[in-house]
Amino acid sequence: MPNRLPYREGEWIDRNQPVTFHFEGKPYEGFVGDSLSSALWGAGVRVLGRSFKYHRPRGVYTLTGYDVNCLVEDGQRTNLRGDILPLTSGLDVRSVNTQGGLDRDRLKVIDRFGSFMPVGFYYKAFHTPRRLFSFYENQMRKIAGLGKINPQARPVATPKDYAFCDLLVIGGGPSGLAAATTGAEAGLKVLLVDEQPHLGGSLLTQHTHAQESTEELKKLLAKVDSLENLQVRCKTQVAGHYADQWVALVDERRLTKLRTKSSIFATGCIEQPAVFQNNDLPGVMLGTAAQRLIYLYRVAPCKQAVILTANTEGYRLALDCIEAGVTVVAVVDLRHDGEASVLDKEVAAAGVEIFRGHTIYEAIAGSAGRKVNGAILCPLDGEGNPDRMGHLRLGCDGIMMSVGWTPNAGVAYQAGVRFKYDHSVEQLIPHDLPEGVFVAGRSAGLFDLHDQICSGHRAGLQAARQLGVYGGEIPNVPVHNGPPPSHAYPIFPHKGKKNFVDLDEDLHLIDFKNAHQEGYDNIELLKRYSTVGMGPTQGKLSNTNAVRILARLNQSTINQTGTTVSRPFHHPVSIENLAGRRFHPHRQTPFEAIHRKLCAEMMHAGAWFRPEYYRSGNSSREDCIVQEARQVRHSVGVIDVSTLGKIEIFGPDAGRFLEHIYTGCFTDQSIGRLRYAIGCDELGVIIEDGVVARMEEDRFYVTATSGGAAAFYRDLQRWAMILRMDVQLINLTGHLAAINVAGPQSRTVLEKLTDLPLSPTAFAYLDVHQSQVAEVDALLMRVGFVGELGFEIHMPASHAVHVWKRLMDAGAAQGIRPFGVEAQRLLRLEKGHLIVGQDTDALTHPYEVGLDWAVNLEKPFFVGSRSLEILRKQPLERTLVGLVLSQSQGVEECHLILEGSDMIGRITSVAHRTTMGEPIALAFLRPDRATVGTEVTICGSGGKRITAHVVPLPFYDSAGDRQKLDS
Amino acid sequence: MKIIHCPVNGPRPLQEFYFGGQFRPLPDSPEEGSLTDSQWADYVFNRDGAPGIQKEWWYHTPSGTWFIAERDIVKDSFVQTYLFEERDEHA
Repeated sequence: MPNRLPYREGEWIDRNQPVTFHFEGKPYEGFVGDSLSSALWGAGVRVLGRSFKYHRPRGVYTLTGYDVNCLVEDGQRTNLRGDILPLTSGLDVRSVNTQGGLDRDRLKVIDRFGSFMPVGFYYKAFHTPRRLFSFYENQMRKIAGLGKINPQARPVATPKDYAFCDLLVIGGGPSGLAAATTGAEAGLKVLLVDEQPHLGGSLLTQHTHAQESTEELKKLLAKVDSLENLQVRCKTQVAGHYADQWVALVDERRLTKLRTKSSIFATGCIEQPAVFQNNDLPGVMLGTAAQRLIYLYRVAPCKQAVILTANTEGYRLALDCIEAGVTVVAVVDLRHDGEASVLDKEVAAAGVEIFRGHTIYEAIAGSAGRKVNGAILCPLDGEGNPDRMGHLRLGCDGIMMSVGWTPNAGVAYQAGVRFKYDHSVEQLIPHDLPEGVFVAGRSAGLFDLHDQICSGHRAGLQAARQLGVYGGEIPNVPVHNGPPPSHAYPIFPHKGKKNFVDLDEDLHLIDFKNAHQEGYDNIELLKRYSTVGMGPTQGKLSNTNAVRILARLNQSTINQTGTTVSRPFHHPVSIENLAGRRFHPHRQTPFEAIHRKLCAEMMHAGAWFRPEYYRSGNSSREDCIVQEARQVRHSVGVIDVSTLGKIEIFGPDAGRFLEHIYTGCFTDQSIGRLRYAIGCDELGVIIEDGVVARMEEDRFYVTATSGGAAAFYRDLQRWAMILRMDVQLINLTGHLAAINVAGPQSRTVLEKLTDLPLSPTAFAYLDVHQSQVAEVDALLMRVGFVGELGFEIHMPASHAVHVWKRLMDAGAAQGIRPFGVEAQRLLRLEKGHLIVGQDTDALTHPYEVGLDWAVNLEKPFFVGSRSLEILRKQPLERTLVGLVLSQSQGVEECHLILEGSDMIGRITSVAHRTTMGEPIALAFLRPDRATVGTEVTICGSGGKRITAHVVPLPFYDSAGDRQKLDS
Repeated sequence: MKIIHCPVNGPRPLQEFYFGGQFRPLPDSPEEGSLTDSQWADYVFNRDGAPGIQKEWWYHTPSGTWFIAERDIVKDSFVQTYLFEERDEHA
């Protein structure tokens, strides 16, 4: 049975549930309610981990997870903080970052070479000669670093959760409880979170001695229970506080994305260590860590304690230790005039020797350096420096530090709170609060229990008033009375260079002096050079002392020195909470199921999922694509073009509006006719193309590119507003489906399904008709994007599958088959039709791609007209040409065309296999090299030079005869 | 994540919105081409990024609403939002 102090009300352990667990392969016993660290300490284990750089043994230090002395892994998870890892049956963990186990860690030898590794060591030592850097890096990665990732670990799906509240209270100590209950009583929906397993905060450990504070806690907890609009979440950390009060909460199970209207930071203070030689030995711990061991886990922190203090809490701690059966060898008070409160006499009456105006100069290591077994005391001179002449040695197995505090302000900084150093408490206190953010309790510099409750109450009322549910008075801010609870400079030099300022990164005092001497005299620079505060705890125990040291080195004040702010996350957050399920929503056309049934290889195309090609037997991708294209050239094929943007524009100004949007003319367009149209931005760059159909005098129907449809519709809406046009826009993109039936046999197939005469005279190229196809109302447009006789059928999405099936039946004799996006790209490339966004880039204007004919600068105004006027007068820098390649492989989109070492062009589209045989490409080329017949050199895959020659566009059917087929 | 007040739909999360760039009135009578080439180039290429309140176009995607937002680009906080046709009342 684990060795614990007698039962005490409020303890966290459940003595009815003993637990066996393994640490470093050895079995130990603890209780449910223990953390790994508390159970190990209770079992007499003193070395809980090894430090990051020197591999020094480390023990319990904060017992809150605010240090990383005890980091373990269990094979699945790594870098678990022992302080907050709940003890469960079967837990089997090992320390991270050791070679050969925690006890024997072969790397501890590094500790002896510490003096050869000054600040900035890595920067200085390993960068020359450069060729050896990768070797050094490799070795260093083995030595430094934390846990190992197990690549075989099974994936964990972590839920994401959303929550909303009026008031978020962070911290369940006295001020947080007061704030939350006040807010809830005022009618706010309140969420109270605390990272610890139970509410109470400092009431659980630091105020426990007094009966009235225990009563106060019970009263507050009862009130919390009684309020239905107050929700409590323990074991939940506030990982980050983002814009407009968006807060990330992380608990053992999930990430919660919380939106709150106001936040109260009742996050308390983090107790700060003193800096003296060997202040990291197992057995040296913060006063609050000792109190947590005693009151929460009923573990005696040690047998014989020396307490280093500079405040009332240190004297309180001495009495707590005595009550727990610990012999207090001495209280060492940094203050020359000692403690003013009655506790001074109580401690003296208990027979404890008090050394006023003294410090611990050094902790003595015993038992092979694995734990403390003594302390060397020195008197302090008037300047606060230890006088080594008067040193005194005391035997002890524990040193507790209670020398000061720093607000637990990491998340408050993220919320926009700014802090200022205040000498009345010798700590930072908030001085600038953004709207809807409040700070209460100890982090606001209040140490008296009554003051803390008052400030929490006050913050609750402030939040209620800001949210309009409270109209009464706001009480005055309580003010700290008495001496400061923190010492202004609890930092003592020692020639031994093991007086640590940052335990994450093993930085000691002299590192700061050296860095300062090397010119890093600004806190942000010092931080990055020395890496102080850059470890896993983000300087929770080191930043305050680092700023004090730098301020003294610079002979400036803390406020002049400034402080660094910590970023999300407040504590390390395991990656499974951040990784989400892959969630890429895409749009499906009505034919999705048909495509899949036909073994389509689907691809993302903008917001859509489209068939790239249809797999056929064992044929390769390229074979399939060319087969599909040949079918269109020789007989008939169908393609799902439902992804096209489809926008109806009507109203008296519709024609005029389109003339403002597109570069061409539309007011003179005949009803029942189509026009190709391009749209530019204000720079004259092509951003859209499509066809414009005039349905009626005041009604147009336009198509837009699949990828650009949403943006184009958005632009249309804005221009209609800016230009004050009397037009209405309807986005029919999702409402209508569309099929393009293309190929010499398309007329024959379609004729079977419609009464509409399709003869070349009745339904000419670029005609549009409204009729029925397979008894479904449809819009039919005769277009030629792929270069063959073809009809685009636009119909309601709800009936589209019916039409598709009827088309397939009607074309069975002609061998009708669907073709995918790749075959369409190939067909249009052969026809020399460009695709906006592929054959044009962010600078391409119409004159570069031979679309001069589509631009009408005689019109009064259109978007981009002023820019095009200017561009027309300038010589072209490039022009889009057709190339026939000398080889059928090795050229890809974006390959450059070179002349010597000069770039004279770039490939925009390429087809290695075509329906005509020759490999072809579209390319931008310098105009003086763009004449037909010119031979050019492409820098192909792997730098291989491939020749090509310029040919006239289009590659296929330059006379346009294919549109005139009347079969 | 930021909350933006759409003048039609009220407060909505940022991901529902599309940023439409700085709100800049078209330069004087572009129809008549009265601007010199360099004045026009200045309009299309240059943006005023000075700290302060900036007028911006924003679009609420689910409802298709364009509006104007005045944003403090130093603090990244929205001062007010209103519809294009109501801009004179908010000038």
